[in-house]
Amino acid sequence: MNKALETLQVWFGKRLVIGVPYFWLLLFFAIPFLIVFKISFSWMQPIQPGYAPLFSWVEETQRFVATLNFSNYEVLLDDPLYLGTFLYSVKVAAISTVLCLLVGYPMAYAIARCPPTTRNLFLMLIILPFWTSFLLRVYAWIGLLKTNGVINNSLLALGIIDQPLTLLYTDFAVYIGIVYSYLPFMILPLYSNLEKHDLTLLEAAADLGASPVKSFFWITLPLSMPGIVAGCLLVFIPAVGEYVIPSLLGRTDQLMIGTVLSAQFFGARNWPVASAVAIALLIMLLIPIMLFQRYQRRELQAARR
Amino acid sequence: MSQKTVDRGQEYVRIEGVTKRFGDFVAVDSVSLSIFKGEIFCLLGGSGCGKTTLLRMLAGFESPTAGRILIDGQDMAGIPPYERPVNMMFQSYALFPHMTVAKNVAFGLEQEGLGKTEIERRVGEMLEIVKLGEFARRKPHQLSGGQRQRVALARALIKKPKLLLLDEPLGALDKKLREYTQFELINLQEQLGVTFVVVTHDQEEAMTLASRIGVMNKGQIVQVGTPTDIYEFPSSRFVADFIGSVNMFEGQLTEDEPGHVRIRCPELDATVYVNHGISAAPEAKVAVAIRPEKIELTRSELAATENRTRGTVKEIAYMGDMSVYLVRLESGRLVRVTIPNTERHADERIVWDEMVYLSWHPSSPVVLTV
Repeated sequence: MNKALETLQVWFGKRLVIGVPYFWLLLFFAIPFLIVFKISFSWMQPIQPGYAPLFSWVEETQRFVATLNFSNYEVLLDDPLYLGTFLYSVKVAAISTVLCLLVGYPMAYAIARCPPTTRNLFLMLIILPFWTSFLLRVYAWIGLLKTNGVINNSLLALGIIDQPLTLLYTDFAVYIGIVYSYLPFMILPLYSNLEKHDLTLLEAAADLGASPVKSFFWITLPLSMPGIVAGCLLVFIPAVGEYVIPSLLGRTDQLMIGTVLSAQFFGARNWPVASAVAIALLIMLLIPIMLFQRYQRRELQAARR
Repeated sequence: MSQKTVDRGQEYVRIEGVTKRFGDFVAVDSVSLSIFKGEIFCLLGGSGCGKTTLLRMLAGFESPTAGRILIDGQDMAGIPPYERPVNMMFQSYALFPHMTVAKNVAFGLEQEGLGKTEIERRVGEMLEIVKLGEFARRKPHQLSGGQRQRVALARALIKKPKLLLLDEPLGALDKKLREYTQFELINLQEQLGVTFVVVTHDQEEAMTLASRIGVMNKGQIVQVGTPTDIYEFPSSRFVADFIGSVNMFEGQLTEDEPGHVRIRCPELDATVYVNHGISAAPEAKVAVAIRPEKIELTRSELAATENRTRGTVKEIAYMGDMSVYLVRLESGRLVRVTIPNTERHADERIVWDEMVYLSWHPSSPVVLTV
């Protein structure tokens, strides 16, 4: 009897532990997503709540009727503005991700090879910027990059340039902003991967005639692939939908999708089109996530002995 | 048993006064050693005795604090591991987890920039030698411990090194597989004519594999010799005690002639007569070491006055092929005696609490001065 109770408790306990994150995801992801998904098939309406109901009761036929509007998605495909913004966002995010990787990999590698005490200090320093408001840090870049900002003034004073450079409101400024803000998201997963590497593998490679450079490309780099993939996704996904950095530092003639989304929601108050943009963005981001999951599953199977 | 014939004329590795310090700790303490071409040389010692550090210096992963290492006459100072004519089999095997067996084995050849067909041919041959042909496409984690060991061996041998370093090569294998693999290793070594330097803490492994053994203690080489030398003629108390089991008695030299010596051992309650001379000061304190299998047990009293004592059987361990007896002497000392079980029926065997007489041949005791 006691035994049965215990089994029941274990069963219930397990379900409870797994259930909490599921419940969380249901409440804060699945339901809002379905609402947005629903709105994306609706019409704009000048009165509250801003969009027409999808389902209506038709008295004559005694039935519920769903009236779906696909024109919001048609707008996305027809209007070159949207396609251009999507492509531009992907381009900016992709370049920023590559830059993050190029800057972050050596840093993560150096930290992982440090003695443990210094390692923790460096990790602290990587996380330290998070203690200041994100918005504030992006604002600070305006002060650095603007025409009479710190960078231009220093270069002028040193006589390296005669004319101030146009740094602010360019793609360059957006890359700087994104790389600066998202670098920790690249470094941390890379570090946690590199730190676990078995260094005797490098000795084995050296023993078999591989120089340190060759060992890096044959052994360390392939083995750090899971870290690279995780870091890239953690940078790429939020970078595609980035709104604050391009609006503060970016070009005014070329918008990113996050800015368009916000303009549709708050400026034009066109919730159905804004929702369609959000759904399209999500689907676009789902592809790399699914690729990552498949990769992870394969890695997991490979790690199992 | 391996062919323990070594061409002593051909020195291949020469270690000259090599010392390695890590901070204040002296891992290897002025070791000088010659290793001959085509032999299996075992560095044997307990953990922390410096054997692995010495091996890593041969491979080039550590550089000596003092002294020098010559391989085939060439000073290895400043030569990185990837430029040495040496390959190593790691204790953990260090197989590349993201590569297949074939890729692991091919690694060394690919670093040399050989052609694809050449690499494929040689990898195929090597995998046949270690009997892993059908596993070429597997990843290391899909193999058993013994198979991984053979991949590691194949990978280390593919570049046809003149010198192969093996760090506890059989350490991760279970007993049956170890015995089998030991002979495989010896066969392979003879077939390929490679010089092996093996590091091990397992004396049985060293005994079966080695043509010569270097026993290490606290960073120093304490004795170098063939397995028989080391076992039958240990040069110090440490070696006698470390290799195999031994009964050791402290005593005093009472008679020191060129042809024989007599030693008085109070613990043994007997005088030990040894039929060869030793070099020691008169009346020196020495130790007498007698191996358990060199002592005979009888029930009947012995006529001899020397090289015999008596006691009571306190413990018998039946091991199948032999039995181990622990006999308590009148002085209270326990003596270990092993008797082969040559007969199946146990009627005649000595049993617990019996009074027995112990005796040994005058050539059996080893007299140790250090």
